[in-house]
Amino acid sequence: MIQWDSFLKTFDTGSGLWNPLVWATVIVIALLIVYIIRSFGKKEYKEGTEQTKPFLSGNPEGDKEKMHVKGSNLYWGFMESMKWGFDQLTKIHTGNVSDYILWFVVIMGILFIFIVGVF
Amino acid sequence: MIYNIPYFAVIGLIIIGLYAVLFKRNLIKMVIGITLIESGVNLFLITLGYREGSTAPIYTLSPGGIMSMPVPQALTLTSIVIGVAVLALMLSFIIHIYRHYKTLDVGKIGGDEE
Amino acid sequence: MNIMNHLPALIIAIPLLGAFLTPLISKINDRLRNIFVILIAGLTCLLVFLLANQVFTEGIQTYVFGANTKETLNAISSGTPLVRILFEVDGLSAFMAIIGCLLPLVAVIYSWAFMKDHTGLDKYYTLILLMTAGMLGMMLTGDMFNFFVFLEITSISSAALIAFYTDKGKAVAAGFKYIVISSIGALFVLLAVALFYGQYDALNIAVIANSMQYSFLDKVALVLLIAALGMKSGLVPMHMWLPDAYGRATASVTLALIPTTLASLYGVLRVSFTLYGNNLITGNPLKQIGQIEIHLNILLAIFLVSLALITIVVGVLMALKQTDLKRMIAYAAIAEIGYMLLAIGAALSVLKTEVGNMALKGGMFHIMNDALDVGLLFLVAGAIYYATKETSLNKLGGLARNMKYTTVFFLIGLLAVSGIPPMNGFASKLLIYESVYQVNPILSIVAILCSILMLAVFVKVFHSIFLGPKQSSFEKVKEAPKSMLIGMAIIAGIIIFFGLFPQVIVNNIVTPAVDALSNPGTYINAILTGGV
Repeated sequence: MIQWDSFLKTFDTGSGLWNPLVWATVIVIALLIVYIIRSFGKKEYKEGTEQTKPFLSGNPEGDKEKMHVKGSNLYWGFMESMKWGFDQLTKIHTGNVSDYILWFVVIMGILFIFIVGVF
Repeated sequence: MIYNIPYFAVIGLIIIGLYAVLFKRNLIKMVIGITLIESGVNLFLITLGYREGSTAPIYTLSPGGIMSMPVPQALTLTSIVIGVAVLALMLSFIIHIYRHYKTLDVGKIGGDEE
Repeated sequence: MNIMNHLPALIIAIPLLGAFLTPLISKINDRLRNIFVILIAGLTCLLVFLLANQVFTEGIQTYVFGANTKETLNAISSGTPLVRILFEVDGLSAFMAIIGCLLPLVAVIYSWAFMKDHTGLDKYYTLILLMTAGMLGMMLTGDMFNFFVFLEITSISSAALIAFYTDKGKAVAAGFKYIVISSIGALFVLLAVALFYGQYDALNIAVIANSMQYSFLDKVALVLLIAALGMKSGLVPMHMWLPDAYGRATASVTLALIPTTLASLYGVLRVSFTLYGNNLITGNPLKQIGQIEIHLNILLAIFLVSLALITIVVGVLMALKQTDLKRMIAYAAIAEIGYMLLAIGAALSVLKTEVGNMALKGGMFHIMNDALDVGLLFLVAGAIYYATKETSLNKLGGLARNMKYTTVFFLIGLLAVSGIPPMNGFASKLLIYESVYQVNPILSIVAILCSILMLAVFVKVFHSIFLGPKQSSFEKVKEAPKSMLIGMAIIAGIIIFFGLFPQVIVNNIVTPAVDALSNPGTYINAILTGGV
């Protein structure tokens, strides 16, 4: 039914080629080389001194549990600068099921004008 | 012209049913609106099978003459049964919702997430 | 009785029989019922694979209910009108049926441990088997009214399953919204079917497609069908029931709901490509503006592509804002449906060319990949809820120490959804980007930007749940139970397999579906000329 050597073919999109097995082999070899170079180590590294503590621009480090950035505080800059867009989107998403059917009737009307009315 | 009156009734029923679903805030009135739309579609199905001057499509003791089409009658029966099942499910959901939210207003059961 | 002749009927009959026997067996023993349900789901899966094998090697399979198939087809080709219900399985139906039988099997395996402490489990398993039977019926049938009946079966059982947590009010409210939306959509589908019956005196898809003259009532029926089926498959702006329904149901139910949404998308494809297939590009154009002729396929393509672009952008932007884990994954699922429709709409506008063929292959391959990826993410969300009883992103943190396997599965799902090599999401998204770029560059640019935003969404989730220091409230969190891990491992294995060998999958499974879409004549001739 399926030939066994067709498992190794390259994936041919209309305008490009992609072979995941070659990619995986190259990545594994590259990661191996990186690991070998990393395991040589540095001479200036002393464990247990000031070098290994986290550096927070001179601020004192608090309780470990409270230092974890919570889910809704990531990407704060992006959310603040696009606040107008996000507020509009949230206002549209009410929980009201009548509004859902209203959008359905609106889309049906637009499609009606498009397919039946104009053409 | 008189044979076109059921089609006008179908359009009227569907528009009234859509109005009830879209603009009423009580949950039970919304369910009644859905039932009105379903009645309109069933009426449309039945009206398609009628021929002028025809009798019921039953062979035994038939008075002769042409008969109306039996296929839309079977389709309408299936649709009525499905409508009854959906109506029973929606009403049992409303009983549970009333027990938890203590209100039947559709704007207040939307939930409190973003 | 030769089983191979009766496969389409058995695929519907066995889950129905299992669904009606489950409450009886559940009175004897609980473990026996679980094993029985897994056996029924596995048997259905085996039968679907046999049927798919038959379709991919031999061509379209038809099955007539209540009479001998060969005699009926011979009688039709010599002039007798068609009065029976037919199942007609071509490449597209077999492709969707593979998705529709695999995911409920994994959901049933997963819910052995996930739903162990709940009561009312006999009703739960009955409804999952009923939903599977309805979903497979929607995908295999060749008759419009039969499609409506299976659509209603699926929506009634899905609504009851979404409202499974009846002790809180939120899940029941989500179930109510789902049944209102489903019921109105299905009633408009019935109105379109009645319009077809009134004009052509036929309910079979092939007979209607053959005798279709593109009159005013046919245009109204096209509008009704595409709007109603599009609402049930989650196109923006009619998508708002999807986060409520997916986010408040239990995780295994959400996994079984994904193929239901994709079955409505199958309905959109069947209507646009096969039912109106002979009217897409006709001899005389609908309108002529200067040198450009406008046929029906350009109108449909403009509508579908613009809605798909809005879907991708709104889905990803709303996903950035959420703090509830399952709602966020539901918005990501909405964005992925936008990708599928973008590819299919772009293929509609350049029908029967090389670029159109590639775009269709990308869209269809993405349907299967996306069902698996988003399914794996929902299973991981369920495992986290089972272990910690928390769903909000603001309260979780540092779970990678306790739940090692779950972290690896979430990482695989994250890479697959964002389209990063070597997972299967990359292969299908590469096809979509490259072929849609040749239709219009702006579409491809928007798609790539939103794919980057999707990666941002899931990196945020991964950091805030799994990485970070150990929280004191999660000291006793243990790894998920074995049956949940087995379910997640099955899907992750399939994802990696599809990612490492994409050419085999595209040649053997996706290409018959694309051929069935591009040639509506094959579908019609299989019935009207007796299979010759």
